[in-house]
Amino acid sequence: MTARETILANIKANQPDLQPLPTQIRFQTMYPDLAKQFADTLAFVGGLAVFVDDYAAIDAYIQEHYAGVTGIATTLPELAHLADFDLDITDPHDLAHLNLAIIDGQLAVAENAAIWVDERQLPHRVLPMITQYLAIVVRQSTLVANMHDAYDRLTVNETGFGTFISGPSKTADIEQSLVIGAHGARGLTVFMLE
Amino acid sequence: MNQLALDHPDASTVFNKDEARVDWHDETLWFVRTKRDRAVQQIPEWEQLREAASQIKNHVLSNLHDLLIDFEARAIANGITVHWATDAAEHNALIHRIITEAGATQLVKSKSMLTEECHLNEYLTQNGIDVIDSDLGERIVQMRGEPPSHIVLPAIHLKKSDVGDTFHKHLGTEKGATDPQYLTEAARQHLRETFLSRKVALTGVNFAIAETGGFVVCTNEGNADMGVHLADVHIASMGFEKIIPRTEHLGVFLRLLARSATGQPITTFSSHFHKPQPGKQIHLVIVDNGRSRQLGRPDFRNSLKCIRCAACLNTCPVYRRSGGHSYHSAIAGPIGSILAPNLDMRQNADLPFASTLCGSCSNVCPVKIDIHEQLYKWRQVLMQEGYGPTAKTVAMRTMATVLESPRLYRLAGRVGRGTLRFAPVLAENSLNPWYQQREMPAPPAQSFRDWYINQPKP
Amino acid sequence: MNVGLFIPCYVDQFYPQVARATLTLLQKVGCDVHYPLDQTCCGQPMANSGYAHLSGGCDANFVRNFAPYDYIVSPSGSCTLHIKQHLHDANHDTEARHIRERVYELTEFLTDVIQLPGLTENPLQATFPHRVGLHQSCHGQRGLHLSQMSELVAAPYSKPRQLLNMVAGLELVTLDRSDECCGFGGTFCVVEEAVSAKMGKDRVADHLRNGAEFITGVDVSCLMHLEGILKRAGSTVKVKHMAEILTATL
Repeated sequence: MTARETILANIKANQPDLQPLPTQIRFQTMYPDLAKQFADTLAFVGGLAVFVDDYAAIDAYIQEHYAGVTGIATTLPELAHLADFDLDITDPHDLAHLNLAIIDGQLAVAENAAIWVDERQLPHRVLPMITQYLAIVVRQSTLVANMHDAYDRLTVNETGFGTFISGPSKTADIEQSLVIGAHGARGLTVFMLE
Repeated sequence: MNQLALDHPDASTVFNKDEARVDWHDETLWFVRTKRDRAVQQIPEWEQLREAASQIKNHVLSNLHDLLIDFEARAIANGITVHWATDAAEHNALIHRIITEAGATQLVKSKSMLTEECHLNEYLTQNGIDVIDSDLGERIVQMRGEPPSHIVLPAIHLKKSDVGDTFHKHLGTEKGATDPQYLTEAARQHLRETFLSRKVALTGVNFAIAETGGFVVCTNEGNADMGVHLADVHIASMGFEKIIPRTEHLGVFLRLLARSATGQPITTFSSHFHKPQPGKQIHLVIVDNGRSRQLGRPDFRNSLKCIRCAACLNTCPVYRRSGGHSYHSAIAGPIGSILAPNLDMRQNADLPFASTLCGSCSNVCPVKIDIHEQLYKWRQVLMQEGYGPTAKTVAMRTMATVLESPRLYRLAGRVGRGTLRFAPVLAENSLNPWYQQREMPAPPAQSFRDWYINQPKP
Repeated sequence: MNVGLFIPCYVDQFYPQVARATLTLLQKVGCDVHYPLDQTCCGQPMANSGYAHLSGGCDANFVRNFAPYDYIVSPSGSCTLHIKQHLHDANHDTEARHIRERVYELTEFLTDVIQLPGLTENPLQATFPHRVGLHQSCHGQRGLHLSQMSELVAAPYSKPRQLLNMVAGLELVTLDRSDECCGFGGTFCVVEEAVSAKMGKDRVADHLRNGAEFITGVDVSCLMHLEGILKRAGSTVKVKHMAEILTATL
């Protein structure tokens, strides 16, 4: 017998009688102000929410806060003029010196400040982690309250890879002292577009 | 990394020699428990979420066979190569083979308690593969040649000065430097090199989705993603109990996991893998290693519901005051104590007794494992299987004989009180473990019964 | 109502004052109380040590002694929980079940059956003008649900607190950790002596830090352990079981 056959046979012999799945697996969350909840939670997890009316405002913000920064890439045609790095490369290792990546997010979750991105937003899977700083543009109309709502709207296997990103990378592995910026991006700015 | 030398009581005695350090360890972990409390109090439906998760996992355990077959078929259709390993040895050999077939001699690994359980690092190192753990806590203990002491916070037993010393030795950071920001930056630079240069990366699996043939890996550091997206080969090690039926179930589990573990609303990254990158490979290794045996134990199978959040470790007053290494097992704390005896009863007979059965663990468990009840039941199994010391069995038989007989019980009580009253030195000495740090109770001349029978009856 | 008084073995032998206070208390609230003379032990010390298979004799003796009563009441959360969950007698299954259904820890008996806090007249007339720390014994709290548990997202309640609120002059202190285990744990207290003592010391420190003059609770086992630590430290803080406080007068 192969390992597979052995394992499956042992499981079949040992598993208990079938128990049904529960009926209640979705719960409603009501926030008085979804956008505020998202922004507050994002701050709690070390990120920053910036409310903007249009791409011009994003442009202005980046020019101000990242003045002089090189190694900028974006997937957003509206902000292409800010980029000095072309993402149309074959080897993701070449992204190693990226300082700022600006991408868009498909959907945002208020309860935990998570933003879903998949291969439709990521020309390279490693893009949001390898960059030193990350900015995500999210339309407020894509805000949902909780994860049940998120999974309701998403098809997670629409592409081969997708991820929820909540705040910048972090660790508290050294004596529980929180350090923002572990192996992924050191900072996350989310532009909440009208 | 052999700490099988000391059982839990002896290891804990050593741990408790440095009381200030125990206080620090206890307070640090209690702090994590309070962060958990603050996070869960914000979710009014928290207890219902736990119930939903518990029932989903109960269903999973009862339907594992078909779920795994469905999962495998869809994973394969997605382009994932699926392997099966009956035990640790097969798991380790498989992973070694995948690495060498990829033409690599190096591996970068993100956190996987399964690989700790299988002693993968040791095996690979002995077979000429250089392994680097990319989770910061894991990297620290790896440099020190120690196992992790906690499922989620591998280096929680170390102070920043310990980390500073280790990094000075291994990374060349400044001697005496302890600032966590500085030390983390040093690790970031060092590990970035690792991510950029290694062609094979290994991760664990937090959840595998039967419905879609994909799996989810959760990290705060982004290390799993950095490793696999820059590698040619992604190996994912999975205990077979990690399967869940549908994507929508992730809504329940991802709301519970990070809040239970650290008090965060979700981990920074919750990465869903379905297909390998074009031209690259994903190998998924489904592992048994005693899980199917545990599945066959009606009293203990619920331990397989565990999602490895470590909430039970953080709340356990014994774990906080004895440290993970005292459990001489890949997984420490309350959940470790009900999983480990299944792997080796003789080795782990002490673990279910490393508890007062206070029940706090069962209350924080997001999937409602009846941990403290299983601890009690393991005690019965282990003693009946003969893993108790002979002296204990004899003492227990004597106790039973005395306590079930009203006459002998009263006699023993009189003798006990008499001893304490007239020859206290027989109890108040260093052979009496109670007396190490506690005074004996004051011995009254009369028991309650003595007093009661002398009362005038109405 | 006719009540069988179940006094844990170590209370009978070492803390008879707690048993006397329990008897007094139950009589004060109008119970017809009897102490079955041949009771011994509930069997928990063996069972928790993994030797439940040796406790059949204790079980049979327990059933013999307590079957005749409407209620069986004990000043011990852990012993009550043990009987509730584990009492079995193959030869007297009905009686064993009756006992399991009718066994109560003292404070829950007073709040749930006697409904003491709701009575218009307070029959206790107890006075205890001191700062008191309430130790929440684990088996009573998490096993018998005597009060809400800090881990859960659920409405607060506390049966012991309701009763202590009826005592004149008593001031309950607020602890830093409201329901952490004291570390007694049965044979744990000697098998894992280092951790047990450390847990006890930490509990005591919490009470002392917050100004308690007395430490109370529903389990003498916990109190005996904390008292051992207090006495070793030369502390003036004393332990008193709930029954003693609820029957205290000036």
